[in-house]
Amino acid sequence: MSDLTRLTAAELATALTAGEVSSVEVTQAHLDRIAAVDGDVHAFLNVDAEGALGEAAAVDAARAAGEKLHPLAGVPVAVKDVVVTKGQVTTAGSKILEGWVPPYDATLVTRLRQARMPILGKTNMDEFAMGSSTEHSAYGPTRNPWDLDRIPGGSGGGSAAAVAAYEAPLAIGTDTGGSIRQPAAVTGTVGVKPTYGSVSRYGLIALASSLDQAGPCTRTVLDAGLLHDVIGGHDPRDSTSLPEPAPSYADAARQGAAGDLQGLRVGVVNELGGEGYDPGVRDAFQKALDTMVAAGADVVEVSCPSFSAALAAYYLILPSEASSNLAKFDGMRYGLRVEPSEGPVTAERVMAATRGAGFGDEVKRRIILGTYALSAGYYDAYYGSAQKVRTLIQRDFAAAFEQADVLVSPTTPTTAFPLGSKLEDPLAMYLNDVATIPANLAGVPGLSLPSGLSDDGLPAGIQILAPARQDARLYAVGAALEALLLQQWGGPLLAHAPELAVAR
Amino acid sequence: MTVTFEDAITRYDPVLGIEVHVELGTRTKMFDDAPSPAGGTEPEGANELVTPVSLGLPGALPVVNGAAVEHAIRIGLALGCQIAETCRFARKNYFYPDIPKNFQTSQYDEPIAFDGHLDVELSDGTVVRVEIERAHMEEDAGKNTHVGGADGRIHGASHSLVDYNRAGVPLVEIVTKPITGVGERAPEVARAYVQTLRDIFRALGVSEARMERGNVRADINVSLRPSPDAPLGTRTETKNVNSFRSIERAVRFEVARQAEVLDGGGTVVQETRHFHEDTGTTSPGRVKSDAEDYRYFPEPDLVPIAPSREWVEEIRASLPELPAARRRRLQAEWGYADAEMRDVVNAGALDLIEATVAAGASPAAARKWWMGELARTAKAQEVALEELPVTPAAIGELQALVDSGRINDKLARQVLEGVLAGEGSPEEVVTARGLEIVSDDGPLLEVIDATLAAQPDIAEKIRGGNLGPMGVIIGAVMKATRGQADAGRVRELVMERVQG
Repeated sequence: MSDLTRLTAAELATALTAGEVSSVEVTQAHLDRIAAVDGDVHAFLNVDAEGALGEAAAVDAARAAGEKLHPLAGVPVAVKDVVVTKGQVTTAGSKILEGWVPPYDATLVTRLRQARMPILGKTNMDEFAMGSSTEHSAYGPTRNPWDLDRIPGGSGGGSAAAVAAYEAPLAIGTDTGGSIRQPAAVTGTVGVKPTYGSVSRYGLIALASSLDQAGPCTRTVLDAGLLHDVIGGHDPRDSTSLPEPAPSYADAARQGAAGDLQGLRVGVVNELGGEGYDPGVRDAFQKALDTMVAAGADVVEVSCPSFSAALAAYYLILPSEASSNLAKFDGMRYGLRVEPSEGPVTAERVMAATRGAGFGDEVKRRIILGTYALSAGYYDAYYGSAQKVRTLIQRDFAAAFEQADVLVSPTTPTTAFPLGSKLEDPLAMYLNDVATIPANLAGVPGLSLPSGLSDDGLPAGIQILAPARQDARLYAVGAALEALLLQQWGGPLLAHAPELAVAR
Repeated sequence: MTVTFEDAITRYDPVLGIEVHVELGTRTKMFDDAPSPAGGTEPEGANELVTPVSLGLPGALPVVNGAAVEHAIRIGLALGCQIAETCRFARKNYFYPDIPKNFQTSQYDEPIAFDGHLDVELSDGTVVRVEIERAHMEEDAGKNTHVGGADGRIHGASHSLVDYNRAGVPLVEIVTKPITGVGERAPEVARAYVQTLRDIFRALGVSEARMERGNVRADINVSLRPSPDAPLGTRTETKNVNSFRSIERAVRFEVARQAEVLDGGGTVVQETRHFHEDTGTTSPGRVKSDAEDYRYFPEPDLVPIAPSREWVEEIRASLPELPAARRRRLQAEWGYADAEMRDVVNAGALDLIEATVAAGASPAAARKWWMGELARTAKAQEVALEELPVTPAAIGELQALVDSGRINDKLARQVLEGVLAGEGSPEEVVTARGLEIVSDDGPLLEVIDATLAAQPDIAEKIRGGNLGPMGVIIGAVMKATRGQADAGRVRELVMERVQG
C-alpha cells in the first residue's frame, strides 16, 4: 500500500479489518512521518514509539488469533498533552509539570486503550490550554503545516497540526472556548466540540470546568464521528457527564454523506460574521452556505444579541475557574518545586516561588484576573454578571434553534496569522475565539470543517452548531456539506497544502 | 490573669456560638471512592487511603458520595431542620499544604439543612433550646506533622510531613445561632450541647462519634456584652476543642480573658484561638497578614444536589428514636423518679439497665445492681460501667436466681463476685462455689443441734421464753452454713427444737 499516512481513519480501519495492512505497519508509518516532519511542525511534546508499536503488535496478534476487535483497533491516535496518560509524561504545555508522569489514565484514554488504539504521543498546546496560537506552550510553538511561519491555532495547535501534517490520522483535543474548532479552521481539518457532558472530563487537566470539553481532531467528519463514538458516553467519575446513551455519530456521518440537505433550516447568526471578519473568510463561508442551499437547505437569519457580551463573560468565567483549578500547582506534591533564593523556606514561600517560576505570563495574567473577579466585593459585579450573560446566551440559542435546525458561522474571523504577530496584544488574540465561545458558554455542540481557501491561499472554516445533545445532527449535516464541497473541489482541501520538507 | 470566670459573669453576659464538625462513618470519602479512615478502614501508614481524587491530582474530579448525603439529611432531620430542595457545593479557596487542591469543597450559601433546634438537658434537668442555623457538608483536610521543632509546632520546625489519609473524609458542620441567656451556665450548656449532639450522631448511626479520635470537633465562639440588652460583643473562635471537659474549660477561660480585656478598657480582637489542654488556656492562632477572602464560588465540577421529597420522607420515617425521647419513654416504663433517672443517665447505665430489664430483671432490681454493687466496683477499679466483665444478661440471670429463692441477696453478691472474677455465669458460680440456699431441713437440723449443744446457756434462755439471744444462734448457724441457710427457716427450726 502506498502512503498509509494519507489514509483516513475509516480507510485504515477497513484495511486493518481486511488484513491488508498490519497495525504495526500503520503505526510505524506515522512514527516515520513524525520523525520526518515534526522537527519543523513541532506538533508533539513527546512520542511514545515503543508503547504505540507494542500496542500495535498486540492488536495484530489478537487479530491473527481471531479475536473480535473494535473497528478502530490498531488505528493510531495522538492525545493533547492536557489529558493525563498513565506512565506517560503529561505537562499541559507547562514548565510547572515538566516531567510529571501521571499514575492514572483519563477516562477517554482508558476508552482509547479499550478500543486498542495505539497512542503515538502527546501533542503540543498553549500552557494549560490558555491561548489561540500554541505560542504560549512552555516548550515552543507548533507551526502550521500550511505555512511554517504561521500559527496552527490554539490551544490545541499540536493536535490539529499533527492531523494536518499526516503525523496522525486522529487526535484528541479539548475545547474551552474554541481550542478544537479554531485550530481545525486554520489548519484545514475537522474538529468537534461535543455537547458539554458528552465526553468525560475525568483526567482532563482542568482549565475552566464548566466550559471544558474533549473532542475529536480529524481530517474528515466521519473520522470525527468514529473517534467521538470511542471516547463519548457516560462516566460515573464525572458528575457533569450526561447519563443517557448516545447514538452512533459515525452512523450519523455516514447517513449524512449522501449530501441531501432538503428541508434543513440553516440559521445564519447575524452577530457572527460581519465586522472584524476577513473578506476572504466571509467569501469561503458564503460559498459553503450557497452549496448547502443548492442541496436543498433553507437559510434563515437569526439574531443572538447577547453574543456581543460572550467574549467579556467568557474572560471572567474562565479566569475565575482557572484561578481555582490551577491553585493545586504549588510544588508540594508533584511537578516543579522551586525554593526561594533567599530568606526562609516556608511552605507559602515555596508555593510562591514555584508558581512564579513555573507559570508563563498568560497563565499568570488569567490567574490574576480570576482571583480579582472572585474577590469579596467584586464577585457579583464580575463572576455573577458573567453567569447572567451566560443564561442570556443560552436563551438566545434556545430562541435561534426554534427557527433553525443548525446554526452556522465562520469558525474564526481570520486565517492563520504569522507567529508572534499577536503575542503582545492579548485582546487581539482573544478575538480569535469570538465565534466559538458562545457554544462553550451554552454547552451546545459545534463542529468546524474546511469551508475553502481564503484569498491568501490559507484554509478557512465553517462552524456548525446544534442544540445540546444533538451532536448527531452536526455529524449528519457536516458530512453532507463535506461531501458536497469535496465534489466541488475535486478532493480534500488539505491536498492544496504545500508538501512539507522531509528530514533525513 | 486576675479575673475569674465567677467574677466575670457577675458583670458580663456571655453569648456562645458553636460549630461542630462530625466525621461521617461512610465507607468511602466525600467525593471519592478511597476508603475512609472514619468508616472503619485503618490505614497502616501515611498516604495509603488515597486516590487521584483525594490527592487532588491534575485531571481528577469529585463525585458526591450518596451515603454521605443521606447521613447529612439524617442529621438535619434529627435536628428539626428543613432540608434544601436543591443545594450546591462551593469552593473555599486558600493555600495550605494539607488541602490537596488548595481549595476545600464545602457548602457555602446553600447548606443541605437549615433552621433547626436542639433541646439540651443540663445535669439538674433544666432544658435549654439551642437554635440551629445550618448543617452543611464538606470534606476534611489532611494532617500536617511538623518535624524538628518543639512540641510538633510549626515554629522552629525543620520540615513538615503531610498525610492525606484524612483528606476528603466527609464532614457535616452544624452551626448554631447565637446562644444567649445562659449566663453562668454557659460552660455547661456548651458541653451539654456537644454531648447531646454526640449521642444523636451515635443513635443515628452516622458516625462512631469518638471525641478522642477527632470524629467530633468543636469550635467555640464566645463574646461578652455588658447586659442582655446590649448588642453582641466581638467574638473569638476557639478551634478544635476536642473533649467535653475542654469545652467547659475553654468557655470559662475565654469569658474570664475577655472580661479582663474589657475591664481594662481594651477591645476584644476578632480572631481564631487555640485551646491548650495542659494549661486550660487559649492563645491567638496564626495571624494572617491580609483579611481572609476565600473567594467562594459554586463548584463547577459538581451538579447541584436535589434530594427528592420522597427520599427525605423515607429517611425521616427511618430515623431511630432519638436519645431524649428514648430517655423519656424508658423513665415512664420503669417508673424511675426524675433524680433516679438523671443519676442513671449520668452514670452511663441507661443501655445496661435497658438490656438487663430485657433479660428479665425488674427495672428496680436492674437499677439496684448497676447503680449499687456494680457502680461501686467500677469506681473502685476506675473503669466505666460497661467495661466491667459482666453482661446485662448475666445480671438478669443473677436476679432470676434471687427471685426464685435459690439464693438470697447476700449470696447473690458472692455470686456476682465470682462472675466478675471470671468464674463463669451466675449459675456456674452457684454450682462451683456451692452457694445455693440449703432448703433440706435434715442437714440444717444437724447444724442447729450442734450449735445449741455448744451454747447450752443460750439454749436454756430461749427455752425459758427469752428470745433475745435467738439472733446469736441464728447467726452462728448462718455462719456455719456459710450463709446458705434461709434465716427464717432456721428460726422456725430452733423454736421447734427448744420447745420439742
